[in-house]
Amino acid sequence: MALEFYSTRLQDAVNWARKYSLFQYPFVTACCGMEFMAVMGPKYDLARFGAEFPRFSPRQADLLIVVGTITERQAPVLRRIWEQMTEPKWVMAFGVCASTGGFYQNYSTCPGADQVIPVDIYIPGCPPRPEQMLDALIILQDKIAQGRGFAQVRERKEFEAAHAHKQRLKVVGQ
Amino acid sequence: MSAIVLERLRARFPEAVLATHAQHGDETAIIRAEHLLDVVRHIKEDPELSFDQLIDLTCLDTLGLSPAAHKAIAGAPASTTPVRGRFQMVYHFRSTKTGKRFRLKAPLDDAPDDAPDADGGGPVIDSLTPLYKAANWSERETWDMFGITFRGHSDLRRILLYEEFVGHPLRKDYPKEKRQPLFRRDPG
Repeated sequence: MALEFYSTRLQDAVNWARKYSLFQYPFVTACCGMEFMAVMGPKYDLARFGAEFPRFSPRQADLLIVVGTITERQAPVLRRIWEQMTEPKWVMAFGVCASTGGFYQNYSTCPGADQVIPVDIYIPGCPPRPEQMLDALIILQDKIAQGRGFAQVRERKEFEAAHAHKQRLKVVGQ
Repeated sequence: MSAIVLERLRARFPEAVLATHAQHGDETAIIRAEHLLDVVRHIKEDPELSFDQLIDLTCLDTLGLSPAAHKAIAGAPASTTPVRGRFQMVYHFRSTKTGKRFRLKAPLDDAPDDAPDADGGGPVIDSLTPLYKAANWSERETWDMFGITFRGHSDLRRILLYEEFVGHPLRKDYPKEKRQPLFRRDPG
């Protein structure tokens, strides 16, 4: 009975658990990595949010943090890493280079990581202040709790489509 | 200071030299591209000149330059068709014996049916690799960025960009917003 509707107390509990235990994959390419390391440090502590443990394998991570510039040559690699991550997964674009290409407009820079992968939250700044990263993580946690992340929305749509299909089969089968 | 290199060149290759200028001891000669190897062999092997080091090899795309700027760079006003003399090859030489430096320029025409995105095609000039080993990577970079083919180069391929890159980006008609197709390299 409870599983016919997608939004249930069970789903809320699961989302609560997910948001407070994010395993991050810091995909660091450029200077923003320095600010990211500062966020991981003791002053702007990321461990408070449960997102401390970096997993440098896409299979074991659920938050891909794109830190730094993505070049046209690097874009297929980033796409492949994202595809290898297991559901549910979220993507955070850290810095202006990962969001829109930054101050680069040339033959080698991809204008934003969202040209190749779907991004859930963008952090502006060159580099962003560590407080911006913490703010973005809180906003992302709210998004996860409401089920509005890209992977969650897709999962929900698939569930509802499968459920509708099952309902139709039930009617036809009578 | 006497412009000894320019005097020698003008005496030895009168038909090859298009223009010369010298200032504060820096000498520059602009020659025809087809005489490049002869001129460079002469300045390398002549015992009084002996320019045995190639310092730099690059190219300049003069598309869109004002007439005054073109005259200053190329030694001649821009021609009526933008195709002629569009690319200026620039070579810098140095002599370890005399310590002198020398600059050589050679204008190249754009190929008339050149499509800037196609690999292969484009202007052609002799390669300096038989005379200077240093020319090898510099000519690969010039091919990569401008699309100039070097006749006689043993291994003319891209050096800074990846192989699947389409176009020659430092040409003036390569738009800065241009994107590249996404290439996946699947193993096997």
